[in-house]
Amino acid sequence: MSVPWLASRSTRGVLPGNPACSGCPHNIGLRVLGRILGDKAVLVVPAGCTSIVAGYWPREGFEFPLLHVPFASAPAVASGVRAALDLGGRGDAIVVVWSGDGGAADIGFATLSGAATRNEDILVMVSDNEAYMNTGVQASGTTMWKALTTTSPVIGKTEERKDIALIMLMHKVPYVATASIGYPSDLAEKIRRASEVKGFKLIHLHSPCPPGWRFDSDKTVLVAKLAVETGAWILWEYDRGNFRISPPSTPYRDKSRRKPLAEYIKLQGRLAHLTEEDVREIERRIDENWNLILELEKYYASHVKA
Amino acid sequence: MRVKVLMGNTAVAEAVRMAGVEVISAYPITPQTIIVERIAEMVERGELKARYVRVESEHSALAVVYGASASGARVFTATSSHGLLYMYEMLWWVANSRLPVVMAVVARAIGPPWNIHSDHQDALTVRDAGWIIGFASSVEEAFDMTLQAYRVGEDRRVLLPVMVALDGFTLSHTSEPVRLPEESEVRGWLPPREPLPFKLEPGSYFAVGNLGPDEVTMELRWYIWRAMERAKHVIREVSADYARRFDRSVHGLIEGFRVEDAKYLVVLAGAWSGDAMEAVGMLRDEGYPVGLVRLRYVRPFPVEELRELASSVRAVLVVDRAVSMGHMGVIAGDLISAVRGKVTVKNVIAGLGGVDVSPDDFKTMIKGFIEEYESGALDSWFYTEWYMPWVRRG
Amino acid sequence: MGLVYEPVDLEREALEDLKAFVDKLLSKPAPGSAGPTGTWRLYKPVIDSAKCIKCGICWLYCPDDVISWAPRELPVVDYRYCKGCGICSNVCPVKAIDMVLEGE
Repeated sequence: MSVPWLASRSTRGVLPGNPACSGCPHNIGLRVLGRILGDKAVLVVPAGCTSIVAGYWPREGFEFPLLHVPFASAPAVASGVRAALDLGGRGDAIVVVWSGDGGAADIGFATLSGAATRNEDILVMVSDNEAYMNTGVQASGTTMWKALTTTSPVIGKTEERKDIALIMLMHKVPYVATASIGYPSDLAEKIRRASEVKGFKLIHLHSPCPPGWRFDSDKTVLVAKLAVETGAWILWEYDRGNFRISPPSTPYRDKSRRKPLAEYIKLQGRLAHLTEEDVREIERRIDENWNLILELEKYYASHVKA
Repeated sequence: MRVKVLMGNTAVAEAVRMAGVEVISAYPITPQTIIVERIAEMVERGELKARYVRVESEHSALAVVYGASASGARVFTATSSHGLLYMYEMLWWVANSRLPVVMAVVARAIGPPWNIHSDHQDALTVRDAGWIIGFASSVEEAFDMTLQAYRVGEDRRVLLPVMVALDGFTLSHTSEPVRLPEESEVRGWLPPREPLPFKLEPGSYFAVGNLGPDEVTMELRWYIWRAMERAKHVIREVSADYARRFDRSVHGLIEGFRVEDAKYLVVLAGAWSGDAMEAVGMLRDEGYPVGLVRLRYVRPFPVEELRELASSVRAVLVVDRAVSMGHMGVIAGDLISAVRGKVTVKNVIAGLGGVDVSPDDFKTMIKGFIEEYESGALDSWFYTEWYMPWVRRG
Repeated sequence: MGLVYEPVDLEREALEDLKAFVDKLLSKPAPGSAGPTGTWRLYKPVIDSAKCIKCGICWLYCPDDVISWAPRELPVVDYRYCKGCGICSNVCPVKAIDMVLEGE
């Protein structure tokens, strides 16, 4: 998906001057979403940063039909919207949940699981900034181990994070992918492919947050890219039986090609207190993660006929 | 018109079918389960052309029908007790959006301890939210109120969600004959839903519920208030029209029983009203000038009707199956404010947790109340009495 | 003194209410939904047209869509809304964008 092609799309998604923080990754992701889905999209937005980024009445900071909903409810509301639109002859609509990590992996987890189990024909975007950012950077289920947040302010988070994308894969849904705002073309391709799938699809979008992770606002994309280049964030895609590592992540199958994790970590104030031992431990966990993903890739290639 | 013997729950399901509901989602909870199961059966047999969404919780059930209503569908859900409480947040979100939703609440006690029998505590926790709340007292009325809920809730003059409460087991699982209208007659009486107040669909560019100035919140609540005031008129009008069309004797916000020339009134809501009416009948035979007012709707509260009826009596006994802890029975509190303290009111709490209250129990309560008043024991202030005859106080 | 409601003409009042209700509950797409966000910035991006290769990468990553660009054209920044985040400067492959302190 080339930059000129994206620029040729008439639907913008994001309008200038919305309430997002300077350098906000949600905006980057929503711009891509808007350009790919065009006028087919209907957004269901649970509580989170995007509830505010959507604008201050009477203005909407986006060009999407958008329904604000309570924190834990989005995938269920989207299921209802889907049912009504289908009955009303708008089967061409693409019903999108734009959620944060809190709304999808924590408070809305049961709801998400229910919608996935029903194989609802909705696209769930989990824009993961690894904390409850909108309420002031509290730790969430996807916060990195050791990260400082306002509820892990001195010692750092003591638990490892859960992998929402792999959990969704185990729900046996037709499409699950990870993505990053650092790679908008890859994200765009995934949104396009997902939108062609009938059934439940989820894209877990890595969204580094300048105020939450404590880096200057100009570094959002740099941090996102380093996450992939150090192997800390793995881009993969499962589409109706096919599992593959995405092109931007393929070099990093090879451990020796991953950039030193320290390059990713040193940019972030939330990880500034990490010792060398911590960094080595995280590298070890990254490697374990890679091994799991590589095994899954092998498994799907040999066992599942798409 | 044909007569069919139905349980409360199946009557509600039948009304849902005749109303041409399009999206249904509910989570099972005793004693609502039969509604859910019956509807699933109707959908799978093709008797009801609707999308039935099996969800993983009540919160999601109401969320699903909220989304479906937002995108223009006619919807239905049902729950009880803890299920209602689990969707509590969504209940407010639905009302604050003024989206028509119809929900049957099979009234059941809240725990702990676990209790699946009927009281009204669950339904009345939603009293303040902006839902119209009706209490059926017969299986036929459960059917009628469910159909009327669509006409009233979807009416442009109202646009509010409607709850139809029916007592767990005593009504939900009790079989009574129902005079069923023809489906074609119902379709003629109930027009298709208009997509109001808004419709979420591709190409309609707006955001629903953005953060804004505080004044906007208050103004939006003002419109709900106004819709509730109009709802009184609309309920009277719609139920009267329904009664004419389908030969029912009861309509309006209340039902009066032997209220002419009554000097004392008993006020209550729900299935046990029938037992109370039996008691009133017995007492009338013994010469007591007592009448009964059954609230068909607790929200909007029938202020005008009660004020008028209370103005010509000496005292009112309100029997509540729900209590506002720290104050008094729910309906009694509302009634006292409605009558502006111009008549003596006694409040009796009874039947919590499904404790059976027989016609004889009602007779004891009412007779006791009248005797207290006439002996001057019920002075100008009110008090709340708990009717628990099995408790022996030393 | 305050507002009291006794329904008189239900149809008319209901329709007026509906219009006002929808007007208050819904928001319409418009730029500046957080006001003139250009006032947020400390630094503003300045594009060196001599260095710029018109690749569009700044346009691609700008979170606020304040950069207008078409292939083979110079990007243009809408300073009314540019928050000065600096991402465009950071991602430019030829370092053609400088973040300059406002007022200089």
